[in-house]
Amino acid sequence: MNRFEYARPATLAEAVAAGAVPGAAYLAGGTNLMDLMKGGVMHPGHLVDISRLPGLDRIEWLSDGGVRIGALVRNADLAHETKFARQFPAVAEALLSGASAQLRNAATVGGNLLQRTRCAYFYDTASACNKRNPGAGCDAVGGENRLHAILGWSEHCIATNPSDFCVPLTALDAVVELQGPAGRRAIPLETFHLLPGSTPERETMMQQGELITAVCLPAEAARFAGNARYLKIRERTSYAFAVVSAAAALRLDGETIVEARIALGGVALKPWRPRTAEAMLAGARPDPAVFNRAAETALAGAKASGDNAFKIELARRIVVRALALAAAGTPERVPALPASPFAGAITHA
Amino acid sequence: MPEIALSQAPAHIRMGSSIGQSLTRREGVLKTTGTARFAADNHPPGMVYAVLAVSSIARGRVTSLDVAAAKAHSGVIEVMTPANTPRLAQDPDAKLHPFMFRIEVLQNDTVRYVNQPIAVVVAETLEAATEGALLLAPAYETEPARTGLDSNDSFIPQAVGAGGPAEETHGDVDAGLAAASARIEAVYETPAQYHNAMEPHSVVAAWDGNTLSLDMPTQAMAMTQGRIAGLFGIAPEDIHIRSPFLGGGFGSKALGSGPQVLGIIAARLVGRPVKLVLRREQMFGPVGHRAPTRQTMRLGTDDQGALTALSHHVKTATSTFDDFIEPAANASHALYASPAIKTSHEAVRLDTGTPLFMRAPGEAPGSAALESAIDEMALACGMDPLAFRLKNYAEVEPMSGKPFSSKALRQCYEQGAERFGWAARPLAPRQMRDDAGMLVGWGMGTAVFPALMFQGHARAVLRQDGTGVVEIGAHDMGQGAWTALAQIAADALGLDPDQTEFRSGTSDLPDAGIAGGSAHTATAGAAIHDAGGDVIAKLADLATGDQRSPLFGANNAGVIARGGRLYRRDDEARSESYTDILTRAGHAEIEGRGTGASDPAALSAYAMYAHGAVFAEVKVDPDFGQVRVTRLVGAFAAGTVVNPRMVRSQYYGGMIWGVSFALHEHAVMDKRTGRPMNPNLAEYHVPVNADVPNIEAILVEERDVHVNALGIKGVGEIGITGTAGAIANAVWHATGVRVRRFPITLDQLIGA
Repeated sequence: MNRFEYARPATLAEAVAAGAVPGAAYLAGGTNLMDLMKGGVMHPGHLVDISRLPGLDRIEWLSDGGVRIGALVRNADLAHETKFARQFPAVAEALLSGASAQLRNAATVGGNLLQRTRCAYFYDTASACNKRNPGAGCDAVGGENRLHAILGWSEHCIATNPSDFCVPLTALDAVVELQGPAGRRAIPLETFHLLPGSTPERETMMQQGELITAVCLPAEAARFAGNARYLKIRERTSYAFAVVSAAAALRLDGETIVEARIALGGVALKPWRPRTAEAMLAGARPDPAVFNRAAETALAGAKASGDNAFKIELARRIVVRALALAAAGTPERVPALPASPFAGAITHA
Repeated sequence: MPEIALSQAPAHIRMGSSIGQSLTRREGVLKTTGTARFAADNHPPGMVYAVLAVSSIARGRVTSLDVAAAKAHSGVIEVMTPANTPRLAQDPDAKLHPFMFRIEVLQNDTVRYVNQPIAVVVAETLEAATEGALLLAPAYETEPARTGLDSNDSFIPQAVGAGGPAEETHGDVDAGLAAASARIEAVYETPAQYHNAMEPHSVVAAWDGNTLSLDMPTQAMAMTQGRIAGLFGIAPEDIHIRSPFLGGGFGSKALGSGPQVLGIIAARLVGRPVKLVLRREQMFGPVGHRAPTRQTMRLGTDDQGALTALSHHVKTATSTFDDFIEPAANASHALYASPAIKTSHEAVRLDTGTPLFMRAPGEAPGSAALESAIDEMALACGMDPLAFRLKNYAEVEPMSGKPFSSKALRQCYEQGAERFGWAARPLAPRQMRDDAGMLVGWGMGTAVFPALMFQGHARAVLRQDGTGVVEIGAHDMGQGAWTALAQIAADALGLDPDQTEFRSGTSDLPDAGIAGGSAHTATAGAAIHDAGGDVIAKLADLATGDQRSPLFGANNAGVIARGGRLYRRDDEARSESYTDILTRAGHAEIEGRGTGASDPAALSAYAMYAHGAVFAEVKVDPDFGQVRVTRLVGAFAAGTVVNPRMVRSQYYGGMIWGVSFALHEHAVMDKRTGRPMNPNLAEYHVPVNADVPNIEAILVEERDVHVNALGIKGVGEIGITGTAGAIANAVWHATGVRVRRFPITLDQLIGA
């Protein structure tokens, strides 16, 4: 029986109380949850509709120069907020490379962080999936897995996180604000999503009842504005999830990299931040040889989880290209084909 | 407007007033405002909802269904399983003719493929029926699924496609290859594809005694009527089908599918009108698909680049319980002059639904392989691909030696190449880059599709008030039949379109034949033209035999019909209006009947095809292998163009389908279970707008006095042919990498 209670609390406190009931799920844009419920993949017993909660749909500029993005801000509204796009262009580019215009109009910032994997075996209820049914096994292992994980996977789950938005956010040290029954807390996005290990059903650090209230970017993140890109390889030019994607952001002092940020999408169950590779770039010159070495390092631990060895090489190359694009400078406008390799000049050797 | 001289045209009909005009769609406002009524939009009083439960396994048996749980759910009226499904008058596994396909309508508990219907739940609401279907929680006895081209023994089919021989030979291929100075052999693979019309298969069925009323999309009303009549043991004329619009069919809505029949059975069982609509994922099984192919091409040329042999062998798949063999090798029959041509097919039986005609069945995958191989052969000869094709241009149909009824392919090559700028193409690959550093490649392919006709009938009426009516049970699948056929109707009656009432889309009208094989406009149009000729002849008899008419004494051949008047051909100053003729004769209206079908004499004398040439530019990222088709130019010659706007739209649609074939479409099947893993439009990729930024179709003039009275060939499918190969060839030209497994994906190009 697919019965569920539906509630639309009026305040954050009521929402958190309603969401603390076991089996409760929050509903915001519904662009993922509704599909999953209709497909029989998710069966929340309580649906707590937070889409009209007051105060969560604002973009607040903090006095220290950071920004606090309410969880209910729509993806499209954030991407088209001029000041935001100027300060964090890679984030805007990532948002605009995701899904379709219609979905971006509905999908929320908080929901984007919590979207489920696109692994076909997760969606196919006739298949075994440890996320859907812990202990059932993973039919993606040995199945159709050319788009699956190359980093951080386990024999229990080889799925990937599909978000574009989270990739530059992770690179830029975004922090997730949560409100729960036990109060408020903040978690760096880099540690927010969990690798599968032996418990792939646990996807984030969130506890039952906790609600994402905001995503914050620190003021320092805006220092990369002049050299920040998001790049996404897709199997069609638009309206497709990433095969692999990368965010790259540099702080340059003349011909020297002061600080580098890199994150990869489509490679693991979380946005992948290769900090060792970032560290290698600090103090180096932004040239192809350096970028190649950083990319090698970023993918050093990569391993095919099936018919997807090509993704390791692809991921290595996208790191190189994203760094080169970042070094060349953020374009004045978000390209008409955001994050697409067809959007502009290739600046590699 | 110029008068079109046609050898078989009744001389008193002047064509061209309406035919040739780019009228916009007559139902365009309905569709853009959401008021066009598609089958599933109907809701007769008392209607209930049926939802399928489908098999999750590919092979085995259903051992249990929790019918009690489903029936206990509030709103559920009935659960149909093999135990209580009313017996049909005809065995659904009977195959009385090649166009009759075996269907699964709960005749037993056997499971033959994934997504096969195993039960139907009928309820007061869609939600209750959906929930009821989930509650059935089927259990199975599962046998291992046979899922790939190598997972079963192969056999030589008795027939391929719509009944052609599996093997055809002209000349001595082995000798031709032995004597060749250059040879290639290559194997190409194409995946399973699903039609995925935007509108899912649906039916709204209402019984009144033994009379059956049906709202359902169908590409063949009369054939569907006959099929359903046979299954239920009632007279075809007691079945009334309304199918004014289809949201695409592509071959999957021609024959009446199992799920639609189940909706009709359910309506009979519960004694109320029933609506049944497939979910998207349920379209991956019981309503047909294009089978995968593995195609072996062997070509040889002499030292001048002339083909000495062309061999095209296809291995494909069909279901375990029925035969449809994708006739892919037949794509090599008609295009290139070779003294030796051999085409052959073998097939394996897999645990899938039965494959079916899918837009350009055979031609689409066959052309992809043939045009790729021609490109490879041209390279082996060191020749430009267009020059190589011209060198091997077929002046007569290669297999039969028959002359072509018309063939403006040379003009297609010329106009397409000119527009595209083909002359500037470097011969070697990997020579071009754009400003951004992308690899740029140019490729081409030849398009060909047979000019077919089925048999169709029409009725035409002229009324005393000077208006006319044309009736034909034609099918508008989105291609614009309502508009193009109405234009033909207006000309056939010598009336303006707004004086001509065009009635179509229901089964009580004369049978228009199948909307398939790119034959609908030719078939239905010829029937309309013939019916118009018949009624105009009667009108002319009334006038020319009456002393009071200014047309008295002119025989039938001596008048033409235009703008609601008959004119003496030899003296257009003498004319009379239809109204005057009918008023004086005392007729409120007069009626004519007509038939459209191929002329057997012309068929035996001529080979009939539409042709085209497609030129593609691709850009490929040198590091990532991501491909984008940045330019497509297609030049097509397909006889008379009834409505340039609709025809261009058909070519665009076909060419985009070709992009999809080349780069995107691919049913991902789990090899272990046979389950389609991407049964939704998020993951089953077709091109989006950004994938086809620049597409042009050139309408090359061609007159054909043999195909039919109107000179019409088909335009619905030809755009696919040529295009997939052109893109594959452009990808090679960009990268130097020849990808022989479709779709061409970036993992096959990495390292390029």
